[in-house]
Amino acid sequence: MNFIMPHLPVLQVAIPLIAAPICVLFTFGGHRKVAWLFTLAVSWVCFLIAGALLSRVLLDTDISYAIGNWPPPFGIEYRVDPINAFVLLIISGISAIALPFARLSVEKEIETDRHILFYTSYLLCLTGLLGVTITGDAFNIFVFLEISSLSTYVLIATGVRQDRRALTAAYNYLILGTIGATFFVIGIGLLYMVTGTLNIADLAERLQPLSDNRVVHAGFAFIVIGMGLKLALFPMHVWLPNAYTYAPSLVTVFLAATSTKVSVYVLLRFLFTVFGPSYDFVNLTFEFVLLPLAIVAMFAGSITAIFQTNAKRLFAYSSVAQLGYMMLGVALSNIPGLMATILHIFNHALMKGALFMALGCVMYRLGTVSLGSMKGLGRSMPWTMGALILGGLSLIGVPGTVGFISKWHLILGTLEAGFWPIAILIVASSLLAVIYIWKIVEVAYLEKEINQEKTLKEAPISMLAPLWVLVILNFYFGIDADLTTWVARNVAETFLGGES
Amino acid sequence: MTAVAEILLPLNPGIWLIVGALIAVLLPQTLSRWFAVILPVFLIAFLFSLNLDNYGTISFFDYSLETFRLDALSRVFGLIFLIASALGNLYALGDDVDKLQRSAALAYAGGAIAAVFAGDMITLFIFFEVAAVASVFLIWARRTERAFAAGMRYLIFQIGAGVILLAGLLIHFSVTGSINFDKLGLDAPGGILILIAFGIKSAFPLVHNWLQDAYPEATISGTVILSGFTTKLAIYALARSYAGTEILIWIGAVMAILPIFYAIIENDLRRVLTYSLNNQLGFMVVGIGIGTEMALNGTISHAFVHILYKALLLMSMGAVLLRTGTCNGSELGGLVKTMPWTAAFCIVGAASASAFPLFSGFISKSMIITAAGEQGYWIIWLILLFASAGVLYHSGIRIPYFAFFSEDKGHRVKEAPWPMLVAMGAAAFLCIIIGVFPVSLYAMLPFSVDYVPYTAYHVINQLQLLMFAALAFTVLKLIKIYPSDTRGINLDTDWVYRKGLMSLIIYSNRYLSTGYRVVCDGAVGIISEVINSAKQLGNNDGILSRTPALGSSIAWISGLLLLVLLLRFA
Repeated sequence: MNFIMPHLPVLQVAIPLIAAPICVLFTFGGHRKVAWLFTLAVSWVCFLIAGALLSRVLLDTDISYAIGNWPPPFGIEYRVDPINAFVLLIISGISAIALPFARLSVEKEIETDRHILFYTSYLLCLTGLLGVTITGDAFNIFVFLEISSLSTYVLIATGVRQDRRALTAAYNYLILGTIGATFFVIGIGLLYMVTGTLNIADLAERLQPLSDNRVVHAGFAFIVIGMGLKLALFPMHVWLPNAYTYAPSLVTVFLAATSTKVSVYVLLRFLFTVFGPSYDFVNLTFEFVLLPLAIVAMFAGSITAIFQTNAKRLFAYSSVAQLGYMMLGVALSNIPGLMATILHIFNHALMKGALFMALGCVMYRLGTVSLGSMKGLGRSMPWTMGALILGGLSLIGVPGTVGFISKWHLILGTLEAGFWPIAILIVASSLLAVIYIWKIVEVAYLEKEINQEKTLKEAPISMLAPLWVLVILNFYFGIDADLTTWVARNVAETFLGGES
Repeated sequence: MTAVAEILLPLNPGIWLIVGALIAVLLPQTLSRWFAVILPVFLIAFLFSLNLDNYGTISFFDYSLETFRLDALSRVFGLIFLIASALGNLYALGDDVDKLQRSAALAYAGGAIAAVFAGDMITLFIFFEVAAVASVFLIWARRTERAFAAGMRYLIFQIGAGVILLAGLLIHFSVTGSINFDKLGLDAPGGILILIAFGIKSAFPLVHNWLQDAYPEATISGTVILSGFTTKLAIYALARSYAGTEILIWIGAVMAILPIFYAIIENDLRRVLTYSLNNQLGFMVVGIGIGTEMALNGTISHAFVHILYKALLLMSMGAVLLRTGTCNGSELGGLVKTMPWTAAFCIVGAASASAFPLFSGFISKSMIITAAGEQGYWIIWLILLFASAGVLYHSGIRIPYFAFFSEDKGHRVKEAPWPMLVAMGAAAFLCIIIGVFPVSLYAMLPFSVDYVPYTAYHVINQLQLLMFAALAFTVLKLIKIYPSDTRGINLDTDWVYRKGLMSLIIYSNRYLSTGYRVVCDGAVGIISEVINSAKQLGNNDGILSRTPALGSSIAWISGLLLLVLLLRFA
């Protein structure tokens, strides 16, 4: 094992990347089940690697890995520190939990002859997300961002069997996502123009004397807006509701839990490692752009969610609101605020993963997730709906769930910054979440069942088991938050420590 | 294992009740019925077996939560809550409740008891919320449209108060770094918010409406159980954290007076009792505001006896509702012939409520009034005396009179079921025992009692008050029935004064309620306006919910880019 350990950073990305073309080979003979097993195995290997990397950076020091032995800043550097090791663990962990759920869900929702290509795209998407997170090279981020985005468009479009609107959703996301990525690469280009480097650590150093440079400022603006678009910051969120609604259940689970979080991570990386709050224009952006947009997102997302009639769309809008919480923590740029953002990256992945997985179970049995058809479902699918409600409690932020942990720190952050009216707004927007979760309780438990002639069965165990793993994690990390808060504090202190 | 046992035992009795609520769901119907009665009785014995101490300290984040603080104050409230839970569940046996309602009753009592024993504000908040959520099911279990709507309004008030409490405790925590639940006062950081939260829960004037709105809409046993916990939990919390806060004296005085006027004109007898509940809470709030040892003792003992006699009165009205199907004073009467036991128990409750000597109310209410006098609050003293007379009028006379003695409306019904009679009997027994042997209650109070209720002065003073109030009732009753006879009765100016005051009250009340309605309608208008505009924004064709054309999204993106670029010049 010893000879593998130093190469873990590159294996984290290389294994799924190589696995993707291998997966295509299963087309010969049509081994759909093998392709799924293969993807599952790859996901678990990635998860183990991410676990090993996280424990190493937490217990030891940051890892720097030079691809092809070209020393940074000349070659591409993979750099693992607590924050990206944490995000790597979230991505690969969600993938590892979601894949056992995937087989039946994919079997039901996607045309049979496309399964193997579906898993291939999934592996590419995983590669892209892991690559964006692990790399220490700004241009490499763009490359992996494109890998994950292109495969995401394909994955969303496979929802066409359920609803043909998946195609326009994918197309809209393609246009907007490409604009986002282009803005990002323009920003990188502008920074390259003045510094001549693409390595993130090097970039940070060389930008220090250039704080008044107009080009640097323009580059910053392009990167912030580009990433804001990718992470669905209100009002640049318009691609998200349709994409989440019409994508196959597995894709929604995976994207909702990981993809926007990776963009949040990249934004954090540029805001705090490359630039940092000591730059005036960064502070002004926090105060005049991110803070107001975050607050508007919290309310606009939740209010829109209340009036949705499709459960997936409802939770998609709720994601817009939740991303508002994350951006609020960034905009506060103090320790509890940033901790809240980092905690929420993890916590939100757990709750949205559980919620969309529960909806995947509903989709499997019912073929639709419109609220109108879910009447009285609490009686015929008690485990699924129970999980949905528990996940909803976590989303609201009931004490004992992970949602409470993030909101607690977020409120502490606003109080520390002296913005106590914002603390009230956070509580008020949580009340809006109570309303839309209550809508589901009402539909599932208080209304009479509509389709009594056909008896609905509970979802199969292979779908319920991963779902309940996520639900239990929602409560476990809500009660014992030592590990997550430790990582979050560690990261928040590094981000802010060097600067102020 | 021993370590686990050391942490868990002794566990807060409220948590046992909440666990019991889950068990009650799983047990078969008959077993579950008795389980709900026996569990609180068992927990009373458990409570007496413990010494006063802090138990169950666990760590959460970096803070230690005291989940079971047993001191004199929390013990007396925990005890009466357990008694109320046992009596309420016994009473519910006669009402044939379903499992949901039984478990809700257990979880509600459990939440309230666990909150009483909470030594820190986080635990307090959590169990406050458990009690709020569990209790609403007692209202919804009535399964009528009205009950659902009233339950919803109730829940909004309760959760709203919970949110304000949370905000207050976060501010308190962020400034002081302490989550201990002890004396706060208005000057403490977050003190005002926390007071508002407790104030809503204890039905301060203007935020009291949830009480009269929701409680009478609950099921028969649900109202009995609801009457015991939420408001008295808030009284406990106020007594612990705001003793001696002067503004509470005046709030309490308004609270003691205002509901009386409503109680007089209300027809639904259970609703009359909730107004009277509100007015009794006013006495307790005054006691907390005065804050001397005697006033606090008075408040605590009044809370104790008040839970008993209010539950007793509501039980008797519940039995009437169960048997006759109505609880409106105008449709009842003459039931003493067919429900003699219920009538007798109701009279015991009424006598206790009106503080007749030898009944429980006498030994507690007079402590508060005396404390007000001793501290020189003469206006308050007079207001409380007037309020006492009002209590006699609406709880003491009106309730038993209309239900059992007024003109026979022809109901020929059976006596109440035996579990209800036993529960009422037990409550009545306790009312009398405490009234005759007040020392039994005084011994449990947090401060030593040197107050003697049975002095000639107190007894005569109270009897005078009661007799004159009774006289007034009789006279008014006669006048109402025989308006032409008024000329023949030779009464003093006193009569003009009382009649004038009465009509003044009725008229002013009419205007008050019109004004109140105008304000309410205005508020409802504004709120529905807000909801409508939110709906227009958020529903399927709304601007937030539509998928906009790509062009307009790109325009937004460019606009934002421009904004960030222009910030350089800011």
